[in-house]
Amino acid sequence: MPRTPASAMLLMYRRDLVLAFRHWDQIAQPVVFFAMVTTLFPLAISPELGQLRELAGGILWVAALLAALLGLEFLFRADHADGTLEQMMISGQPLALLAIAKGAAHWTACGLPLVLASPLLAISLGVPGAALCTVVVSLALGTGILSALGAIGAALTLGLRRGSVLLSLLVLPLAMPALIFGARAIDMAIHDEQATGPLLLLAAMLVLAVTLAPLAIAAALRISAE
Amino acid sequence: MNWTWLHKFASPPHAYRLAGRLAPWFGWPAFVLIVVGLYGGFVLAPPDYQQGEGFRILYVHAPSAWMSMFVYATMSVAAAIGLVWRIKLAHAVAAASAPIGAWFTFAALATGSLWGKPMWGTWWVWDARLTSELILLFLYLGYMALRASIDDRDRADRASAVLALVGVVNLPIIHYSVYWWNTLHQGATISKIGKPSITGDMLWPLLTMLLAFTLYYGAVMLVRLRAEILRRERDASWLREELKP
Amino acid sequence: MSLAEFLAMGGYGIYVWPSLGLVVFALVWNVLAARRLHATARAEALRRLAAGGRP
Repeated sequence: MPRTPASAMLLMYRRDLVLAFRHWDQIAQPVVFFAMVTTLFPLAISPELGQLRELAGGILWVAALLAALLGLEFLFRADHADGTLEQMMISGQPLALLAIAKGAAHWTACGLPLVLASPLLAISLGVPGAALCTVVVSLALGTGILSALGAIGAALTLGLRRGSVLLSLLVLPLAMPALIFGARAIDMAIHDEQATGPLLLLAAMLVLAVTLAPLAIAAALRISAE
Repeated sequence: MNWTWLHKFASPPHAYRLAGRLAPWFGWPAFVLIVVGLYGGFVLAPPDYQQGEGFRILYVHAPSAWMSMFVYATMSVAAAIGLVWRIKLAHAVAAASAPIGAWFTFAALATGSLWGKPMWGTWWVWDARLTSELILLFLYLGYMALRASIDDRDRADRASAVLALVGVVNLPIIHYSVYWWNTLHQGATISKIGKPSITGDMLWPLLTMLLAFTLYYGAVMLVRLRAEILRRERDASWLREELKP
Repeated sequence: MSLAEFLAMGGYGIYVWPSLGLVVFALVWNVLAARRLHATARAEALRRLAAGGRP
């Protein structure tokens, strides 16, 4: 009996999460990377919290962006290697919807840990308590956008040698608008301003990404896997 | 609608020959117009009220910037046609266009920088337009890098076509974000690259250069297209006839 | 206007002329590169035809 697309998506989501959580180290790595890159900035610039606070929005976002890029390469790789991807493509379920499910699972396993770690790292950069909520929301929306855009890159570079560097090159320009608004939101919160404007724009970008990216991802997967 | 005429036109031997015949018709007028435009801009046009002789860089900067975007748009249209109608020639046009567009983008950035130095005092400024051009350059380089990394020509064509389309959808978003970002820090820079107020004497060389660069792109793209067709062609019969002098 | 004055471009000469030079260089380079590419592709195709009949 054929499954409805919705139940297929749920199945895909749960399967990917189960597989992801089998390898705790793979979930931990991007978070550790996030923490380390954030630490680089005080070392490189100055330990003075006043200075770091001014840069905190940018530092957190750049670090999160780079950490998110790390995890993208593996999004489709395992499935491509063992033939599951082909099965997905001939399964009769819309590939774009399955891609959404995979992307959501990837965000849960890679993006969400970064978001959860962000308040601690934000404090380390001198971000005041009142701004922490904005930090979390900004990065939650941002990592979501990154998962969507990054999945396009991962699908396009599937199986290529040096694929991860190329993936970063392709995804970074697309991520710049999110970076601009996301970092700005944190900056505004740090200076006691209402950050709703940039946050709403980020939310709009996320909606756009989740709506359109799956089409590109599905097309790219078919192109790469044939 | 009957699309066979399009497919016939897109057949490699036709396209190869047509491109060969058309290229000089784009190239020579382009050359003449460039000479005329440069003379008009660098010799005839009066100096700007505010920027003196320095504004003349406009005559090479603006056409380069315009072309950088025009070529990207053309590339994306070609990519879309290639993906939707599966016309290989369209993919070849996109491949032929990318390096030209990248060079225009680089030229826009470099001339923008040289223009900025006497105007703002520094070699680089995170002006909205320059930053947008820089990101466009990254998009071009990413496109070319993706093409170069994929050995299978078919996959390279289609993957880079998807990338070009993703890029073109993102371009307005990037453009808007960068302009918004730039306005946050007003006072640091003038937000436009000192657009002089243009009188008639100053306008016609600019329009001439714009037209000239567009024709130039046509000519060079057609030559590159011929090379692409030759590299891709698997069927020997027309090649043999065509290439033996 | 004398030649010296023309080249000086009211003091902006060191910015104006390199800009022009750069763009002219880019234009010339692209033409030469395109022609070279075509010539190479032609030679390759001829070689493949001669070698085996199938390009």
